[in-house]
Amino acid sequence: MLALNNYLIISAILFSIGTIGVLVRRNAIVIFMCVEMMLNAVNLTFIAFSKYLGNIDGQIFVFFVMTVAAAEAAVGLALMIAFFKNRESIDVEDINVMKW
Amino acid sequence: MFEYVWLIPLFPLIGVVINGLFGKSIKNEKIIGGIGSLMVFGSFLVACSILFRLLSLPSEERLYELNVFTWIQSGTFKADIGFLIDPLSALMIMVVTGVGFLIHLYSIGYMHGEEGFYRYFTYLNLFTFSMLLLVLGNNLLLMFVGWEGVGLCSYLLIGYYFHKKSAGDAGKKAFVMNRVGDFGFLLGVFTLFWFLGQNYNIWTINFVELSKASHLLPVGGIVTIITLCFFLGATGKSAQIPLYTWLPDAMEGPTPVSALIHAATMVTAGVYMIGRMNFIFIKAPETMLVIACIGAATAIFAATIGTAQNDIKRVLAYSTVSQLGFMFLAMGVGAFAAGVFHLMTHAFFKACLFLGSGSVIHSMHHALHHAHSHDDPQDMRHMGGLKSKMPITFITFLVSTIAIAGIPGFSGFFSKDEILWQAFANPYHGSLNYVLWGIGAVAAGFTAFYMFRLVFMTFFGECRITPKAKDHLHESPFVITLPLMVLGFLAVVGGYVGIPKVIGEVFGGIPNLFEHYLEPVFRISEEFAKEHVQVTAHHSAALEWGLMGTSVLIAVVGISIAYALYIVSPSIPAKFTAAFPGLHRAVYNKWYIDELYDLLFVNPCKALGRFLWKGFDVVIVDGIVNGVAKVTMGFSGVLRHVQSGFVHNYALTMALGMVVIVGFYLFR
Amino acid sequence: MNQMPALLSIITFLPLLGAILLLFVNKNSHAVARGIALGVSLIVFLVSIPLITGFQNNAEFQFVELVPWITAGPFQMNYHVGIDGISLWLVILTTFIMPIAILSTWTAVEEKVKEYMICLLLLEVGMIGAFIALDLFLFYIFWEVMLIPMYFIIGIWGGKNKLYAAMKFFIYTMVGSLLMLVALIALYFKAGGGDFNLLKFYQLSLDPGTQTWMFLAFALAFAIKVPMFPLHTWLPDAHTEAPTAGSVILAAVLLKMGTYGFVRFAMPLFPLATAQFTPLIATLSVIGIIYAALVAMVQEDVKKLVAYSSVAHLGFVMLGVFAINQQGIAGGMLQMLNHGVSTGALFLIVGFIYERRHTRLITDFGGLSKQMPVFATIFMIVTLSSIGLPGTNGFVGEFLVLIGSFESSIRWYSVIATSGVILSAVYMLWMFQRVMFGELSNPKNQVLKDLNAREVAIMLPLLVLIFFMGVYPRPFIDKMTPSIENLVQHVKTKQAAANQPVAQSVPAQAVQAAPVPLPQAATPAEVK
Repeated sequence: MLALNNYLIISAILFSIGTIGVLVRRNAIVIFMCVEMMLNAVNLTFIAFSKYLGNIDGQIFVFFVMTVAAAEAAVGLALMIAFFKNRESIDVEDINVMKW
Repeated sequence: MFEYVWLIPLFPLIGVVINGLFGKSIKNEKIIGGIGSLMVFGSFLVACSILFRLLSLPSEERLYELNVFTWIQSGTFKADIGFLIDPLSALMIMVVTGVGFLIHLYSIGYMHGEEGFYRYFTYLNLFTFSMLLLVLGNNLLLMFVGWEGVGLCSYLLIGYYFHKKSAGDAGKKAFVMNRVGDFGFLLGVFTLFWFLGQNYNIWTINFVELSKASHLLPVGGIVTIITLCFFLGATGKSAQIPLYTWLPDAMEGPTPVSALIHAATMVTAGVYMIGRMNFIFIKAPETMLVIACIGAATAIFAATIGTAQNDIKRVLAYSTVSQLGFMFLAMGVGAFAAGVFHLMTHAFFKACLFLGSGSVIHSMHHALHHAHSHDDPQDMRHMGGLKSKMPITFITFLVSTIAIAGIPGFSGFFSKDEILWQAFANPYHGSLNYVLWGIGAVAAGFTAFYMFRLVFMTFFGECRITPKAKDHLHESPFVITLPLMVLGFLAVVGGYVGIPKVIGEVFGGIPNLFEHYLEPVFRISEEFAKEHVQVTAHHSAALEWGLMGTSVLIAVVGISIAYALYIVSPSIPAKFTAAFPGLHRAVYNKWYIDELYDLLFVNPCKALGRFLWKGFDVVIVDGIVNGVAKVTMGFSGVLRHVQSGFVHNYALTMALGMVVIVGFYLFR
Repeated sequence: MNQMPALLSIITFLPLLGAILLLFVNKNSHAVARGIALGVSLIVFLVSIPLITGFQNNAEFQFVELVPWITAGPFQMNYHVGIDGISLWLVILTTFIMPIAILSTWTAVEEKVKEYMICLLLLEVGMIGAFIALDLFLFYIFWEVMLIPMYFIIGIWGGKNKLYAAMKFFIYTMVGSLLMLVALIALYFKAGGGDFNLLKFYQLSLDPGTQTWMFLAFALAFAIKVPMFPLHTWLPDAHTEAPTAGSVILAAVLLKMGTYGFVRFAMPLFPLATAQFTPLIATLSVIGIIYAALVAMVQEDVKKLVAYSSVAHLGFVMLGVFAINQQGIAGGMLQMLNHGVSTGALFLIVGFIYERRHTRLITDFGGLSKQMPVFATIFMIVTLSSIGLPGTNGFVGEFLVLIGSFESSIRWYSVIATSGVILSAVYMLWMFQRVMFGELSNPKNQVLKDLNAREVAIMLPLLVLIFFMGVYPRPFIDKMTPSIENLVQHVKTKQAAANQPVAQSVPAQAVQAAPVPLPQAATPAEVK
């Protein structure tokens, strides 16, 4: 059995990759996938702690997060499509009208 | 009878309501004028009966108060609507309603065909009402109501021809100058009320109660301040230095108005007020001195200006200012009865003079109108030789002129001479008496000069009007000449009620009825003077005769000079003005006092107002307010650039923020 | 006559009902909207008359209603209303001026009439509520409620520069009221929690330091509303830009909120601070009187001139109120009513000519007397009342203010203020002369029509009041006298109590019998 540390390290690496992805990538879909990756990194942490502490709450929370992530995917992708229809692009650099 | 005193002011008020509300639809001048005049006549009848009732009482019982209702009551302060009848107010209501009625009557003829005839009579009735309140009020505040009320009517009537800018300006000037005086009046009321209340717990403004409490007042000190404040009020209303400049301008109003308001009644309110409160003034020797000096100075100052004016009404206006100066001189030397006496005789002869000048102007205007001439009908340089054209006007005018000049046998002589004698012989002002007398006598000489100059220029000599217009000159209608005759008659005989003692003794001990009649009003002052003032010298009857002779002589000299200059050799005045152009210009322009006031007060006030508005309000206060707004906006203007619109930036900021927060908790 | 229960609530919330009713009116049926608004305001006025007849001449709060409203943990807010002699006349003034204001906009406002009327009625709710609230929290709510409709009235139906004026009005007032809110909360905790009953706060004895700060916060809010120099600059802008009805209400009622606030809250709650700040307030009042008069004199816009004259008039009110004696406060209160009537009438008059000529510049007029004689007469009377001519209402208030302040510690200020009577005559008469007198030279003025029946009907009640209050002010003064006595007593007793250590050597009875001495620090001008 792997120690708790291993899980946490993995999830931290995943989370960091997600974060960097969100910050540096321009494609909205890729950013979106990175966000999903961050969420799943958190999920992994939840489950690891749940197992480690013997508390079921963490696993319940994971379900919540997954539900929200699914809803987010639906709304997010719809937004992408709407935006793509307008601009012929899903580059976030082009989404800059919301300023000042 | 006394309990009907409220009828006296009520009648004119009814006239105001009727003419004010319905006058426009009545339209008929006879009805409007009739209502206006009849109302005043009604008051006159009531005033007569009150006077007779008063005379039938023994002199110490000649005092009656009627409180109608309480007007203002708050804390210690209480003011009634109430009337006071005593010899002084009875005399005043007789003058106001009597002369007032005659002038109302005269106005029907004079104002015939004027636009806004009903408006005129409404104002005139309103004036009578206010003036009656002023003289009948039994407390300072009600007097002040009348005091302001007459000022208002004066404003309205001066500005009667409101389409003329000069008329509007003159009205405003009169009102504002009066307000300056009112400022003093109000301060006087406050100080008196507060002083008596604070120190003696007598919270009152009622005249009778004040006179009873007057023995508590100290001599000088605060009383000097109180009386000076009141006197400031008097200078405004009665056109004394320094607030006299409005009165000559007030001649923009219709002539009967000048006669009623600016000669016979309103302008004498200041004299009346001092007479009413003589028991306070007598306790302020410094104020008395100031009053006497200002009175004398005004008398001579206005008389000099009167000598150079060409407008017939302006001459009379300066004459009024000068005569009011005489009255104040009398008040200032403690000769209250003499001052009031002169007030009365002046009301007769000056009203007659103004109405006479009105008759002349009326006729001139008519004639010039027919001749399509645009000459000024009030300019004496266009007149001359009117005596044959207008005999009644001429005779009444001449009689009144003789009266004002102080020729023995006419009313003005008795009153003016009494004042001069008192100025000389009063016990208050020491050696300054001689100066006061001297100035008064010279002013009397000037008076005789400019009044006869006026008569000579107007009625004598060649007629200088165009021949075409000359044929249209004619005597005024009866409704105008009747008041002239009545007033002319009074100008002659009005003085015989107050024959000076020295003259009376010669004719078998005729008493000075007038002085005796007013004695109860001034008793407190008399007693105070007897106790506190040292009579330094006793003056002999011979001296009085001598001074009387001197003043008559001065008057005769004045008349002779006028005769020499304007009848014998009319070219001299022109040569004189040519020889001293500067002097003439200064006198003609009224010593530039108006310009001085503009320079000292009017313009700085406007400039200050403009500065405060554009400088302080807009720049400083609004500058700060708008500045705060601008700073806020500027700051946010910088800060908003953080909102770049790039999702990356937001995400990065968020991530960094998280790192900082987590870092803070980890490493603190 | 019995005092009707819930009368005050009916008066307060009837306009709200009217506003709700107006919501259902078609937005294009202007006549209906006007009719409903006028009808409602008239009913409110009629319903408010029993307040006068049923009012007992004593110092108690009457028509009191007390209903628990919000209970949140330790906080207890009540719906607590009632009137005394001080607020009675202000409520009546409000209900009286509203129908007049609404009638005056009959033809002046042609767009968004429905919304305009709703704003006016909501404004009435706020104003009446603020005058009758006896719960500080409730007062604050009504105080803020007033602000919003007025903001819209200026900002939507105003003149050229309306947005600037509305913003300025809003932010000025907001700054003050937020500070007041802070002080209010602080006061609440000083009192130890519980409810926000004003009468309970009256009984507090706060230490001088606290009083100073709280007084400053309250005074700032009220002084902005009054407005006192130098916080007055929102007023000319707001007045000039507001539509006629807005100006009338602003002048007649809203400004009174400030002075009322001083009388009702700042003075009785913080008597020591009141004494301490009397010289400052008196100075500002006197500066206001002279300053506003001078500035009014050189105005080119009639409405702005009237607005500045308001500042001067309110200066008199403040001077009277801070005399803290019977005459002064009675005069101040009376002057509030007078100002409501006279200045309200002046704004109406300006509205009349603005509606005809669409200009307010003095130089555009001249000689109107000839063309509009009825208008000229009415204008003259109102002008004279504003000047304070005896026989009109303006005089009684002004005189009492001056004599009251002359008797108190602020004597010298009174002397300077008295000179204001000269200046007021100057600027008003000069304006009148330039507008009404002279040649009727401008061709546009030669076709002006005189007032119509509706306009005369608007002015008539005001004219009647001008004379009635001038000749017979007793009913007004008598009703407010006990409350004012009570107030003066309250303030002076508190001041004396705080002064006790100084006057310890004087036996207690002597202190009671002798006139209550003012604190030393506050009375440098006191002669004796």
